[in-house]
Amino acid sequence: MKFINYLQSITGISIFPLIALIIFTVFFTAMLIYVFAMDKNTVARISHIPLEDNLPSSSFNDPLL
Amino acid sequence: METQTIYYDNKIVRNFAFATALWGVVGMLVGLYAALQMVWPQLSFDFAPTTFGRLRPLHTNAVIFAFVGNGIFMGVYYSLQRLCKARMWSDLASKVHFWGWQAIIVAAAVTLLAGFTTGKEYAELEWPIDIAITLIWVVFGLNMMMTIVKRKEHVIYVAIWFYIATWITVAMLHIVNSFEYPIALFKSYSYYAGVQDALVQWWYGHNAVAFFLTTPYLGLMYYFLPKAANRPIYSYRLSIIHFWALIFLYIWAGPHHLLYTSLPDWAQSWVVFSIMLIAPSWGGMINGLFTLRGAWDKVKEDPVLKFMVVAVTAYGMATLEGPLLSLKNVNAIAHFTDWIVAHVHVGGLGWNGFLTFGILYWLIPRIFGTQMYSKKLMNAHFWIGTLGILFYAIPLYWAGFTQSLMWKSFTADGIIQYRFLETVTNIVPMYALRALGGLMYLSGALIMVYNIFRTVKTGVLVANEAAHVPVALPREVSGTREHWHRWIEKRPVQMLVASLVIVAIGGIIELVPTFLIQSNVPTIAAVKPYSA
Repeated sequence: MKFINYLQSITGISIFPLIALIIFTVFFTAMLIYVFAMDKNTVARISHIPLEDNLPSSSFNDPLL
Repeated sequence: METQTIYYDNKIVRNFAFATALWGVVGMLVGLYAALQMVWPQLSFDFAPTTFGRLRPLHTNAVIFAFVGNGIFMGVYYSLQRLCKARMWSDLASKVHFWGWQAIIVAAAVTLLAGFTTGKEYAELEWPIDIAITLIWVVFGLNMMMTIVKRKEHVIYVAIWFYIATWITVAMLHIVNSFEYPIALFKSYSYYAGVQDALVQWWYGHNAVAFFLTTPYLGLMYYFLPKAANRPIYSYRLSIIHFWALIFLYIWAGPHHLLYTSLPDWAQSWVVFSIMLIAPSWGGMINGLFTLRGAWDKVKEDPVLKFMVVAVTAYGMATLEGPLLSLKNVNAIAHFTDWIVAHVHVGGLGWNGFLTFGILYWLIPRIFGTQMYSKKLMNAHFWIGTLGILFYAIPLYWAGFTQSLMWKSFTADGIIQYRFLETVTNIVPMYALRALGGLMYLSGALIMVYNIFRTVKTGVLVANEAAHVPVALPREVSGTREHWHRWIEKRPVQMLVASLVIVAIGGIIELVPTFLIQSNVPTIAAVKPYSA
């Protein structure tokens, strides 16, 4: 039995791959655009989160916040 | 900004840290015993519980779920509190999680040695233990999610995304793969049969590697590597791409375990996803190693960083090797040979083991308010461990190729040239070297246990570590526009759902076609399956 036989039993199957393709293309394209458009200061602030946790309260008055 | 003093729970971190060290030694010891039996089979003493067939699942379960499992929880409980600037949501839940997990480990060890098994690799435990795992996993997830919800930091740092994806995916894998008919207290049959069973099992089995040994440890890498190097991760942008691409692709990779089996050819073609996995995996490795750019002088001095560098490098090696092994022509050489055993141990000993050791060395003195007892012993551990990995892996690569070549040798008349036993006795020296490698690695771990023991003696556990955190979540100065990804970075539940959707799509597309087959298991009326 070929794969196609199992797929044919699903109603409206032809639209499934198209929807999947659109979802993932949109998701990953949007993610890449977002990632490269990210504000430099935001990136710097977020990547410093692990380094700040042992500091006293003044660290929360981070100018970038 | 108005701040308040809260206390991080270090006691739970210590408990998991001790547990990972203890079970690590136990798991490695069982592994060494099994390895010695490959050289001296008489070491099984003709006693059922000490035969290879029972020691092997005990070894794999102990190192995966006890050593690495407790390692994950140690790292998560330490980093999550600090990244969220909040104490764990419930001390009781933390305790139930800890003791529940240890009880599961003991139950697993006892039942496996007694010979109870479902026969599914890495899912050998029988149904009552499967249910217990589910319950304890829910306690862990609830505790984690509620801690994230009550956090005092807007952004959920990338390490936490990996924890969330780990939690939801392991839950999904465990529940789907553990569907079984119980027929006695310690006997059940899988709900699936035939090729469906194989596909579900390896969808689970591969992703046990992906979502138990890899994603949580990547989360730990994204927290502890910057901490140990005292510099931020090389590229936060890369970590976002790494996360989404990795969890999307990883879930598809199971069928590469079923090459050259009765799994239909079209289902075997999913291995294309295994090849694509090289990209995000190496993205993660590069991100880890580049974090140390300009700090390599520190690596020379600091054993913690040495362990982490070898761990990340081993991750890179294993994740290049894995996709290559999933190519059918490479797999034709490696399938069923010791190459596979070498491959998983580069990942297990190098990536998981060394990252765990690095984190333990970094974390223990901090929660005990002291310094490591001996840097010399740390370095000794590093070198004996690294050499142990080489002594383990290289002979097995050699053995794997030898096996493959011998199995496929034919005489001029077209008869198989070697009896199977000859292919085994021929590689016994390699097995001896491998056992030596294992012994070296275990010795390193014992040195670490002694070092930690002495360190703990000199310090006092800071059971509740004070931290100043904002009373309310600080108001974020909003930029001109808010990106959609920023939106999800602040919402743990939505992140959990998004992760589930991403992994479920891969899982469903991979599994559903074989489920639509009316009957893939020929039955005989006179035979009643699934009965005792």
